[in-house]
Amino acid sequence: MRRHAALAALALLLLVGCARPARDDLYVLMPGADGKTGALTVDSAGKQAVLDQPYAAVRVKEPGQVAAGTITEQEARQAFGAALAAQPDRPLSFTLYFLEARDELTPDSRQILGRIVDELSRRPAPEIVVIGHTDRVGAVPYNDALSLRRAERVRDELVKVGVAPDRIRVEGRGEREPLVPTPDEVPEPRNRRVEISIR
Amino acid sequence: MARSRLVLTAMILTAALTGPLPAPLHAQEAGHVKVTRGTVQIERAGQKTPAAVGAVVQAGDVVATGPDGSVGITFLDNSLLSAGPNSVLAIDRFAFDPTTHQGGFESSLRSGTLAVVSGKLAKQSPDAMKVKTPAAVLGVRGTEFLVRTGDPKKD
Repeated sequence: MRRHAALAALALLLLVGCARPARDDLYVLMPGADGKTGALTVDSAGKQAVLDQPYAAVRVKEPGQVAAGTITEQEARQAFGAALAAQPDRPLSFTLYFLEARDELTPDSRQILGRIVDELSRRPAPEIVVIGHTDRVGAVPYNDALSLRRAERVRDELVKVGVAPDRIRVEGRGEREPLVPTPDEVPEPRNRRVEISIR
Repeated sequence: MARSRLVLTAMILTAALTGPLPAPLHAQEAGHVKVTRGTVQIERAGQKTPAAVGAVVQAGDVVATGPDGSVGITFLDNSLLSAGPNSVLAIDRFAFDPTTHQGGFESSLRSGTLAVVSGKLAKQSPDAMKVKTPAAVLGVRGTEFLVRTGDPKKD
């Protein structure tokens, strides 16, 4: 009698176990905002899968049980609506150019400064990183100082139009990171720049 | 040029050998909260505090949302992580060199939903970013993906 009861309990356990999987995990690769889709590798208890197409998906009911397939965009939006709605604004970067050997912006770059300020005013808790660069005319220490001065100049402009100074980080990289590689002492306007990243 | 670089390297080495380097500013900072809805808490060293927009997120933090909650965080390497309701997200490790873009970012979604846009770390090195769940380890080879994990019996 006791054995029957134990068997029945075991059968019930198995039944419940089968009817309700331990997990309902879902991993989905999304198309990138830039049109490129990356890839995601999944490793569950030694079982592997690679997702490399838009909306490729893997379901895991138990560790080691990996079921690959695809879902629709609508299914993805439904299952992850709140998480997707909470995505922060995408970071943006801008490049401003300078007149040779000076910390003065070109006229075109002055206009971009206005766009940056607009974008900053839309963002919650904005952070700004301003990195100055030079071309290879002049000695390294001179260019280090000039690149920092250019970055500080842009910071001052941002502060002047109301951006809080403690939100702005300023760095000078001198001639070390040219956009366009050149031999030493070659003037190159495209390297006389300040890169601004906002997020 | 090469000589100046050599001098600089020598100076750095000398500084490293002769005394402690000053701690980098905001050494512990991994990211900032940019979006919150409903209940969102950050647990740090056993203490839970409500997360407001602008709050700092550090490695070691556990971010949790309530049934009405969601949260969006931007990390220093431009990775974006956002979680839906009833989610528990642990920031296990975050290291990022803004000059070389090297480092590592490991997080664990213990339950709930997560949307990820990977940043400069994943772009620099395919092994730099991992997201774990109780059932799997996800290796990030760039861009955007979604993760749901949890025990359906609890829902």
